[in-house]
Amino acid sequence: MKVQQLSIFLENKLGRLLETTEVLAQHDINIRAMSLAETKNFGIVRLIVENTSRACDLLRMHNFTVEITEVIAVEVNDTPGELARVLRTLHENELNVEYAYAFVERKQNKAVVIIRMDQIDRAIGVLKAEGIKTLTQQELYL
Amino acid sequence: MIWQEEFECMSLDKLRDLQQKRLIELVKRVWDKVPFYKKLFNEKGVSPADIKSIDDIVKLPFTVKTDLRDNYPFGLFTCPVNEVNEIHASSGTTGKPTVVAYTKNDIKLWSVVMGRSIAMAGAQRGDIIQNAYGYGLFTGGLGVHYGALELGLPVLPMSSGNTQKQLQLMHDFNTTIITCTPSYALFMAEEAMDRGIDPRKSPLRIGILGAEPWSQQMRDKIEELWNITALDIYGLSEIIGPGVAQECPGKDGLHVFADHFYPEIIDPRTGDPVEEGEDGELVFTTLTKEALPLIRYRTGDITSITYDKCNACGRTLPRISKLKGRTDDMLIVRGINVFPSQIESVLLDIKGAQPHYQLVIDRKHSLDTLEVQVEVNEDIFSDEIKKLEDLQQHIQREIEAVLSLKVDVSLVEPRSLSRSMGKAKRVIDNRNI
Repeated sequence: MKVQQLSIFLENKLGRLLETTEVLAQHDINIRAMSLAETKNFGIVRLIVENTSRACDLLRMHNFTVEITEVIAVEVNDTPGELARVLRTLHENELNVEYAYAFVERKQNKAVVIIRMDQIDRAIGVLKAEGIKTLTQQELYL
Repeated sequence: MIWQEEFECMSLDKLRDLQQKRLIELVKRVWDKVPFYKKLFNEKGVSPADIKSIDDIVKLPFTVKTDLRDNYPFGLFTCPVNEVNEIHASSGTTGKPTVVAYTKNDIKLWSVVMGRSIAMAGAQRGDIIQNAYGYGLFTGGLGVHYGALELGLPVLPMSSGNTQKQLQLMHDFNTTIITCTPSYALFMAEEAMDRGIDPRKSPLRIGILGAEPWSQQMRDKIEELWNITALDIYGLSEIIGPGVAQECPGKDGLHVFADHFYPEIIDPRTGDPVEEGEDGELVFTTLTKEALPLIRYRTGDITSITYDKCNACGRTLPRISKLKGRTDDMLIVRGINVFPSQIESVLLDIKGAQPHYQLVIDRKHSLDTLEVQVEVNEDIFSDEIKKLEDLQQHIQREIEAVLSLKVDVSLVEPRSLSRSMGKAKRVIDNRNI
């Protein structure tokens, strides 16, 4: 399943990442996963939150440039070789990964990999055929 | 040394007679040879017959930078382009450069006024000139060069940059006069100190500095660092290039070579002349230039004028004060004229615009830097770093191509740039000038 992600533009200025998270904290929005990409000049923070469109509106109200992007959240066992299996499946189907980040679910001994790529629907299909599960937004918050 | 005492020290009455004779001849010439002027004069209801004295100059219409652009490239020349001897061009406001041209006589005139300038600054036989103004389409380098040739003084055509070589040749050749922008003079001093060289021990004794605005504080610093006399030179390529006016060591205003460039100070709003000593916009009529004469050309520079004889050097030429600002939003960065509208038009050409922008000008290690901050709105924002970096580099290349000036482009968040009275504040100039 597809998952919505927030991409937020951050200029190279002290405290901007903090301000982003504070806007979400004030409105009781929990961050499930986060990745920060930085260049010499600016940064992009990517967030997975429960209520994406509400978070997006709130951040825009606070003058942030925000885009909602679609990604997939792949659930794998937290054991060696699992991520390689996911990437091999994508590779064999000539699907290119733009970027990815991951977090671990200690309670269930699972790991979740967030992947941004083109042809998301096809990717979900080929992963499913290999028995690899992609999570919905709701499942990310179970 | 006074290079042409008969002109530089002539009585004001004689100067007026000479200006009058030259103006009457000039007005006839442009009327006959340049359709633009005939049309402009007709619109103002004035013809050469109306110009009988120098005071009648106020009947003539003004010309502005846009007139040069509208008649690009050669429309304001009095002669076919194959009859001119040299052509220069500077970056324009809409991508089209401002073109200026010189006949053989114009080059002679330029040599003479630049020769007068260098002599006025105190040059003598035995001096060696290190010319660190840019050579090329920019008029600074060649203008100073011609002046040195006129005086018969040795000149090193260094052009700007390559500071290590500048310092080496200055030392090895014992150059005594440096010609460059004031910020480059400061930069070179700092570079020298970084290399363990004491600039005060250099052979330099005079700096002829211009092409950008500078303050008395900056002069003090340059004079202190180099142990030289630092003097201001004024010019603009439309009038001839450097050599329109020059300070003498008295440092009490810049002497205008008014036998060739007739100065007026006007109220920029009404166009009426202001009183002697009052601030206003500087306007020039080129009385003797052949290829591209200009009538009542509005420089956009704010200054005041005095007709009192100079106590320091004895010249009678009128003097303008050090420049006090601009009537428009033109900026001068490293000697290059920059209009914010040039940057705006580049940004508007980029898809996903209209982005907001702000220009931040700074002086780092004595060199001007221009940072263009562009607000990233949702139309141009991308989640992919490489797309944003491509955009940033694209904007930078386009702006550099238009300005012929290195700039830094930063992407900033929307509405992060300060607004004043509902209108974006486009320029932040952090230079202390």
